[in-house]
Amino acid sequence: MAGSGTAHLRQPSETLLRIQNLVVDFPAGRGKKVSAVSNVSFDIASGETLGLVGESGCGKSTTGKAIMQLPRPTRGEVTLDGTDLCSLRGEQLRNTRPRLQMIFQDPISSLNPRRTVMQIVEEPLNIWNIGTPEERRLKVEEVLSAVGIDPEAAAERKPHEFSGGQCQRISIARAVITEPSVIICDEPVSALDVSVQAQILNLLEDMKARYGLTLVFIAHDLAVVKNVSDRVAVMYLGKMCEIGNPDALYAAPAHPYTRALLAAIPLPDPNASLDTEHHLEGDLPSPISPPSGCRFRTRCPLAQDICAQVEPQMQHVTGDQYVACHFPLQAVSEVPVALTQ
Amino acid sequence: MSVQTPISGLPTPSGTPGAPKLLEVRDIVTRFTTDRGSLTAVNGVSLSLERGRTLGVVGESGSGKSVLSRSIMGLLPRSNTERSGQVIFEGKEISGLNDTEYRELWGDEMAMIFQDPMTALNPVMKIGLQITESLRFHLNMSKSDAKDTAVALLKAVKIPEPEKRFSSYPHEMSGGMRQRVVIAVALACGPKLLFADEPTTALDVTVQAQILDLLAEQQRERYMGMILVTHDLGVVAGRADEIAVMYAGQIVEQAPTALLFSEMKMPYTEALMSAIPKLTDASHTRLAAIGGRPPDLVNPPKGCAFSPRCPYVQPRCHEESPTLTPSPTAPEHLFACFYPIGSPETEEVRLRIAAQRLMATAPEFVAAPANTPTPAQQSPVPAPPEQTEGM
Ligand SMILES: Nc1ncnc2c1ncn2[C@@H]1O[C@H](COP(=O)(O)OP(=O)(O)OP(=O)(O)O)[C@@H](O)[C@H]1O
Ligand SMILES: Nc1ncnc2c1ncn2[C@@H]1O[C@H](COP(=O)(O)OP(=O)(O)OP(=O)(O)O)[C@@H](O)[C@H]1O
Ligand code: SF4
Ligand code: SF4
Ligand SMILES: [Mg+2]
Ligand SMILES: [Mg+2]
Repeated sequence: MAGSGTAHLRQPSETLLRIQNLVVDFPAGRGKKVSAVSNVSFDIASGETLGLVGESGCGKSTTGKAIMQLPRPTRGEVTLDGTDLCSLRGEQLRNTRPRLQMIFQDPISSLNPRRTVMQIVEEPLNIWNIGTPEERRLKVEEVLSAVGIDPEAAAERKPHEFSGGQCQRISIARAVITEPSVIICDEPVSALDVSVQAQILNLLEDMKARYGLTLVFIAHDLAVVKNVSDRVAVMYLGKMCEIGNPDALYAAPAHPYTRALLAAIPLPDPNASLDTEHHLEGDLPSPISPPSGCRFRTRCPLAQDICAQVEPQMQHVTGDQYVACHFPLQAVSEVPVALTQ
Repeated sequence: MSVQTPISGLPTPSGTPGAPKLLEVRDIVTRFTTDRGSLTAVNGVSLSLERGRTLGVVGESGSGKSVLSRSIMGLLPRSNTERSGQVIFEGKEISGLNDTEYRELWGDEMAMIFQDPMTALNPVMKIGLQITESLRFHLNMSKSDAKDTAVALLKAVKIPEPEKRFSSYPHEMSGGMRQRVVIAVALACGPKLLFADEPTTALDVTVQAQILDLLAEQQRERYMGMILVTHDLGVVAGRADEIAVMYAGQIVEQAPTALLFSEMKMPYTEALMSAIPKLTDASHTRLAAIGGRPPDLVNPPKGCAFSPRCPYVQPRCHEESPTLTPSPTAPEHLFACFYPIGSPETEEVRLRIAAQRLMATAPEFVAAPANTPTPAQQSPVPAPPEQTEGM
């Protein structure tokens, strides 16, 4: 069976990072496998932020880690600046590492508790042997100041002496210190309360401008994702549902799953009527035996027979919006040219 | 959302509107002895709740929401804790009860749902047994009645195949399913008062919506009073009848939900609201983060606890603490602030801030004064990280 299509991919020359037909399976014992990511494709232009959203367990983190080659994906291509990372081995792969960094959800446990802030932030420079000790020290001071941590007061302290928001700032400092091209942010604000979340989101935007970063931003909060993203990709059970710029995608979702996700957002407005009509029922099916055809069909209010038989492919909606659904909520046009197959 | 039929075999909650208040809390103060000195986690909170109503309690991490819930339920640690104030449940003072008396109250009269469903369930016990145990203890049910009731409860919280799931262990279920089981356990004995402490914070949005729908439905059906604790104003906006905003252990604003949102008085409530990313804002809209951090509860600042972070702060705020008082125009709206939103002092600051924001986003629309550079010109966008948490 075909994958979920690549009609939404741009010309390779326009993009910095390109993920094509990515597959990640995990062994599940007795010859079974978990299909965590299945034929996922997307691309990101230099300086863009791609938001990756979907329910818990849909494969967001697995996709992020597969881009980092941690572990290597089962199949597919991850092309950074023209180089397919999946085909690199040993030293060659190691040399690309400083160009890709990752930030995680739990800011406190992702920092080594026994090391000082100075050591934590400097570590990537030591690993890749970048700069002299003096240059490294200056660089640590620069990035710490940039993330709003006073280097003088903080350098010799340990992570537990800082709040969750401050630890996330320190993680960001460590991620930008090698001047990477791409940072994958895996739920960087999900563990923070709204006020600290706003500080960190603003900081990420500042860091992006200052260091010319390209971001993959993983989250399940659609309002947060909209705030930081240039394009948003919606995932369900290891598959891509829809992609497009957030302003268009949120105003007129074409995939029933995107609509359900939007309906679930609690709005800070008592007059907004709750869209309970489009709330999803039931749980995510098991990725060990995913539904045939369209994986969303067991919970989709629009499902028909064809949805169980034929997997939908990406089709053009309008502008940069594409959807994989047999009965999309918006009109789709014929795809002009399939750029790559 | 389908309407559930009431479950037979359960005690139907009695009580009519107009009976003595379900819960009345007066001047609760809770302190912990720490290495650094005495920490005042809850500092003089009073509130009341009727059956069938939902009170939302909102505030940043560390503002005392959980300690307040635990103080009311009698679930505080024994050592190093000092508590004063009154908790009156259905007209009866309960804060002096001993453990046995409290145990009878928990489950039977009041129940609590915690943030992390895994810690609330016994990991080595089948979920069905966790429900029947409480039914047999509190309601003296026979084994087979308890089992029937438990299955009905699992069905009521929309667990698919409840007879089969009865024998599952918690780790065999997803996070959302586990939280449903926690709710079933909490509802088992038909409590009149339900505390839900961040019941959905660990869950993603779609599951969050399902759980909140479920709680609302069960509350209506059982005519319970509910206290819904969260840091997300969005979660309570559509679900609570009344909202209390907490800051540094105190209620700083309280009002019926619609009134709170339309007539926000307290600068802190406004700041919490503005910090939320809005779906209606275009992408890359800069968020209005609250600068600084909540105060140290061992050494709180002098005067208003919000004064170090308040954009409208005036000299008086550093000297005196405002008390929670009714609004002159709407007595059901309480707030603790000398210069509430809408007063002349805040309007002046508001205009200045609005002008700065506009300068930063669309300078061409603002006629800048000829020679005095505006703050926005001194710091063009993207601004340096102005809102640090402090060190
Ligand atoms: N190492 C692994 N071994 C087996 N299964 C795994 C492994 N890692 C992830 N999975 C499974 O792959 C699927 C996708 O998981 P993933 O962590 O990528 O989801 P996610 O979208 O990041 O979810 P969340 O929002 O909860 O972080 C899940 O079903 C998960 O259980
Ligand atoms: N047993 C304890 N001993 C000492 N201090 C405590 C204890 N329990 C809570 N505190 C302190 O009391 C304050 C209020 O904590 P509480 O847990 O009520 O906050 P919260 O509003 O529920 O925050 P969150 O949103 O993070 O759950 C915090 O400063 C906390 O550190
Ligand atoms: S393809 Fe069918 S089942 Fe899948 S989302 Fe579209 S309508 Fe629903
Ligand atoms: S009393 Fe003063 S510092 Fe406190 S919230 Fe009101 S204006 Fe701000
Ligand atoms: Mg994840
Ligand atoms: Mg709490």
